[in-house]
Parts: sequence; structure tokens; C-alpha cells
Amino acid sequence: MSKYTEEQLEEELKTQEYKYGFYTDIESDTFPVGLNEDVVRAISKKKNEPEWMTEWRLEAFRVWEQMEEPEWANVHYEKPKFQDIAYYSAPKQKPKLNSLDEVDPELLDTFKRLGISIDEQKKLANVAVDIVMDSVSVATTFKKTLGEKGIIFMPISEAIQEHPELVKKYLGTVVPTSDNFYAALNSAVFSDGSFCYIPKGVKCPMELSTYFRINEGGTGQFERTLVVADKGSYVSYLEGCTAPMRDENQLHAAVVELIAMDDAEIKYSTVQNWYPGNKEGKGGVYNFVTKRGLCENNAKISWTQVETGSAVTWKYPSCILKGNNSVGEFYSIAVTNNFQQADTGTKMIHLGKNTKSTIISKGISAGKSQNSYRGLVQINSRAENARNFSQCDSLLMGNECGAHTFPYIETKNKSAQIEHEATTSKIGEDQLFYCNQRGIDTEKAIALIVNGFSKEVLNKLPMEFAVEAQKLLEISLEGSVG
Amino acid sequence: MLKIENLQAEIDGKAILKGLNIEVKAGEVHAIMGPNGAGKSTLASVIAGKEEYEVTGGNIELNGEDISELAPEERAHNGVFLSFQYPVEIPGVSVTNFIKTAINETRKAKGLEDMPAKDMLKMIREKSELLEIDRKFLGRSLNEGFSGGEKKRNEIFQMAMLEPKLAILDETDSGLDIDALRIVANGVNKLKSKDNAVIVITHYQRLLDYIVPDFVHVLHDGKIVKTGDASLALELEAKGYDWIKQELV
Repeated sequence: MSKYTEEQLEEELKTQEYKYGFYTDIESDTFPVGLNEDVVRAISKKKNEPEWMTEWRLEAFRVWEQMEEPEWANVHYEKPKFQDIAYYSAPKQKPKLNSLDEVDPELLDTFKRLGISIDEQKKLANVAVDIVMDSVSVATTFKKTLGEKGIIFMPISEAIQEHPELVKKYLGTVVPTSDNFYAALNSAVFSDGSFCYIPKGVKCPMELSTYFRINEGGTGQFERTLVVADKGSYVSYLEGCTAPMRDENQLHAAVVELIAMDDAEIKYSTVQNWYPGNKEGKGGVYNFVTKRGLCENNAKISWTQVETGSAVTWKYPSCILKGNNSVGEFYSIAVTNNFQQADTGTKMIHLGKNTKSTIISKGISAGKSQNSYRGLVQINSRAENARNFSQCDSLLMGNECGAHTFPYIETKNKSAQIEHEATTSKIGEDQLFYCNQRGIDTEKAIALIVNGFSKEVLNKLPMEFAVEAQKLLEISLEGSVG
Repeated sequence: MLKIENLQAEIDGKAILKGLNIEVKAGEVHAIMGPNGAGKSTLASVIAGKEEYEVTGGNIELNGEDISELAPEERAHNGVFLSFQYPVEIPGVSVTNFIKTAINETRKAKGLEDMPAKDMLKMIREKSELLEIDRKFLGRSLNEGFSGGEKKRNEIFQMAMLEPKLAILDETDSGLDIDALRIVANGVNKLKSKDNAVIVITHYQRLLDYIVPDFVHVLHDGKIVKTGDASLALELEAKGYDWIKQELV
């Protein structure tokens, strides 16, 4: 563990913009840096995994070794040195918890500072929270209520032990290990994440929620999430992220797989607030995420994301509309400020008949940041009567930022109906003066204008998340207009 | 209420206001008329504190306090309201949300708590009735797709909600048909009291048939060149501005 110098301390005290920038001093158990087959085996062993899982990881590692880091995205950064990263970090205390009293008090304090009062959430928001702290889940709540409905919601490491048949059947079926560089890496070394299974015909009675944090300096976090909604079931899943202030780049390469069987519906909402780096563009998280969902007949998957954090974001939550009449939706707000770079969007792959997809993307760029929308709408030859509607709006603040739109449309079926709309606007002096004249200062005026711009997407978020997301938008754009 | 002495202002190095004087007392209505390019809208923007304009001399006092160094929002908190000639659109922000934010930000500046929702609701109900505003209108995005008349009515609605001390109506009559003009003017008349003052900036006499001014000023080349009572407006309507220009020579 590197020293925490006087200078670093000063730096942290100075840069108070990042509200959640602090460490939690919990003893960690960290592997030495570097990655090879032995490390992959060691991770697997550490987690007591069955042989098939170890083999699965090794296969992914071998594929990864042959792959090259992708360069097509509209982002520029110093590539991570993959041999300088520690691939496993877990809090040393890892008790099996029955109640909150058993949780490390310091950890509880962290939650309080993040504004997550588990108690409060339990009582008020009707939310079950599975908190992933430095890759290993340390608290799971509401398991019992969910259990009565036959819903499985647990850390994926536990699911591998307790429900190996389910994990084995579905893991890697939507995002194969060889899908892309980061997905392969994740498959080889993923430390933990969440597993969720909703049985046939069951409507999950509460929003399922996971909070992630990167905590140990120098350890990349490789989350793996698998959500399986069996026939006719419904689940709404929330994922929110905050990360502590760090001066070095941190790698985050998560994989999320969703499976919506016939007539099932999955709503997956994300608020992403990883440390974006300081005002000079130093530090910040690299966020390379692969998210994909598979829809069977009459199934529906909705991705909603609010991306405000990270130095570099590379993320395309996608839907494979395999079944007839299946529906895919993507609602996104991506905010970049200072030197942040985001290349994000979606892929809608229409395979089944009468499939429908909707894409609403709102990009907000400020400072010297670059914000790109990249989306693919693909209609395959057998996808009769497929329909897509895409709308990509960009909002610019100041003269030094950039907004880019890269829509790709491929259609092999004449019956397809595809609409694409795009707008670019700028927050004008006139708008700000108008607000000022009504007694609204510039900071608040920007928040108001941005919230208005993002409204269609904010409206898609579950209520408690929408409030948090609005606050995040405000925090993210503080000081963006001088 | 408002006292402006020897006000000089420029934009991009070009002098627009060249030593302007005006005094407006509580309870009064003043009209400022003048040909295009005389500096009417500049005067409105300078009083409201628009930053593109540089004040190069003179001062602006509101209730005995110099406001010329204050930010636009601070002037607003002190009771200055400008009804814009061209109100801006803010997509996705409803009229209700906008006015709620404006009121609460002003209250915050004064150290007050947010206005309780039920008080706000009551006030919105009263004021929208006063101005014959349809409830549905309040849920629409601010000025987005509004007709000219709706925009101006919305400005006066905001004025009603914010209860300013000094209201400046910049060409509020432009783009209004006669019915809309009457509604807007009636609204302004109902909001008038002995404690507030109104400055009406206009090209034409017709608005002044409804909002009767105590004083009429003619602005020409950055200065007030003539002041009179309501009859001056009629005279201007009949004769145009040229006779004033000739008088000056």
C-alpha cells in the first residue's frame, strides 16, 4: 500500500468538489500486482470455486491474452498497465451477517457518509440492498422477504456455491468470454457482483439495489452481474456507484448480463458517479463496461443510465431482441465536465419479428470534455416489421467541449421502420440572464436547464433514484460556467 | 423608488446611453417611448444588470441603494423585474417549476425557508385567475411553442407571482393582438399599487390606452429629451418622432 503523503492529504482537502471522496480504512486482503494463470487460479481458489468455474476463468484468460485493447472509441487516455494491477482485494473481515449490528462500524459510517442509511432504506424505500464493498459483498438485506417469493438475490460468489446449476447455465451466454477485451478480462478475474433470479410468473415486490465502491488503491474492480427473469416475471434493478478520491487511474471493467425469458420484463437503472479526475484531468476512474440483455418472445428490457462520473467511459448497454414482439429500450444521460471523456450508447439487435426498440440519449458536455453517442440499430433479415426510434440530443456549455454522434444503422429487411432524430443546443447567455433576472443564480439556472433537458430520461428512473440523479447532475456541473 | 443619474452605458465599445436621468416614485407609472435604436431596451437591460453592457458612468439607485454593482439575480432579489421583449425557451422546465424555483431562490436570498407547497398552490391559483391563465398552460415547458400572446402573458404571470417593487415592461405590446393586449394590460393594472412602480417601454401609444402613464419620456440618442404627461404619447402618435428631433437642433 503506497504512503499517504502530506501532499496527498492537502490535495484531498483542497479538492472538495467530489463529495464522496474519502477512504474507508478497513483492512484489506490484496493480491500482489500482475496477472497470469496462477493469479486466475488463486482468485478462483480464494473464492472456493468449483472446478468448472476455474476452467471457465482460465479459458477467458487465454482468450484475453490473445486480444488487443480496442482503440475505435472516441477517447484518449493512457492505457492501463495490466501487469501493474492487483486483481483481488477483499475486506479481511468477512463475516456472515444476520443483522446490521454485526457490520463493521467503520463500514456503517461509510454508508452513512454516502447517504445510504440501510435502515432507512429498508423502512422507507422498500429497497433491498446488496452492497458490494471492494469486490466482496458484505451485507445482504431483505433476503428473507425475497426468499419467500423464490427470488434469489445474492453475491454471485455465493450463487456459484449455492446455485451452481443456474450460474453455469446462464453465465456468459449473453456476453461470451471472448466478446471483447474487457469482457474477457472480467471473465478471467471477476471478484464478485450480484446474481438475481426471478422465478416464473413472479413480480419482484421491491426494487433490487446494489451499491458499488472501489476502495483499495490500485485494485481494479471487476464486477459481474447476472440477472435472469424467468417466464412472465418482472424485476426492477438499481445499480448506483460512488468511488473514493484517488490520484492514480483506476480500472473498472464490469460485465452485466440480463436474460428476459418469454413475457418477462427487466428494468435496469444505473447511476454512475465514479471519481472523474480533478479539474486538471488528473486521476479518475476508467470505466469500460459491457452490458447486454437478451429478450425472448414478448420480453422487454429497459436500460436507464445516468452517467456523471469516470475519467473515461466506454459503455454500450445493449439488447438482443431475439424473440418475436420483444422490446428493447435505452434511456441515457451522460454528463462530462472538465477533462472527462465518454463514449457511450447502445446496440439494438433486431432478430425476431415485430421487435421494437427506443433509444433516447441526452449528452451534456461542459469544460474541456468530450461526449460521444455511439449506437447501432441492426435489423436482421428475418426481423419482419421491426421498428426503431432514436433520439440523440446534445447540450453544450462553453466553447471548449465537444459533442459527437455516431449512429450506425444496418438493415437487411425492407419492412423495417427506423427513425433517427438528433439535436445540438447550447446553454445561452440569454437563457442564463433570463433565469438570473428571475432571481435564480447561474449555478442553479444551469441545474434547472440541465434537468429540463434530461427530463425524459429522469422520468424513467424509479422515484428515489431520480432525486439522487438530479442532485448528481447539479454536483457534476458545479463551476462549469464561469 | 428608482433614481438614475447621468447613466452612461456601452456595448462592444459603442456608447448607447449617454447621460440619462430619470426618477420614478412608488405608485407611479412611467412610459418610455422613442424611435428604434434610441436605447430603450438597453436601458431595461442595464437596470436589470445584463453583463454584456458596460456601465461607464452615472449611477442607479433603488430605494436609496446603489445597485449598479449588483449581479442580476441580486437586483431581482431587491425587487427589480423585467418583462422581456423576447422571453427565452427552457425545454423540459414547466412554468410551475420555473416560478417555484424563482420564488424559492429569492426567499433563500432573504434567509427565508421555501414557500410551503399549499401557499404556493394558492398563490398560483389566484394569480392565474387574475390573468385568465388556463391551468394546463402551467404544466407546459417554459415558452416552448408558446404564441406571442402566451409568452407575454406568462411574463406578466411571473410578475404577479414575484410581486416586484419595480417592474419594467419591455415592448410587452409587441406581437400581441388586441384581446391579448387587453388581458395583459388589465393584469398589469390589477397588480399596480401605491407601493410599486411600473416602467412601460413601448413604440406605440396603443398600450398606453390601457395602462395610463403618469409620465411619458421620450428617449432619443441615449438621453431623455422630453418629458410630459399622458398627452405627450398622443402627440407622438399623431406627429411621429421627427418633430422632437427637429426641436433638438
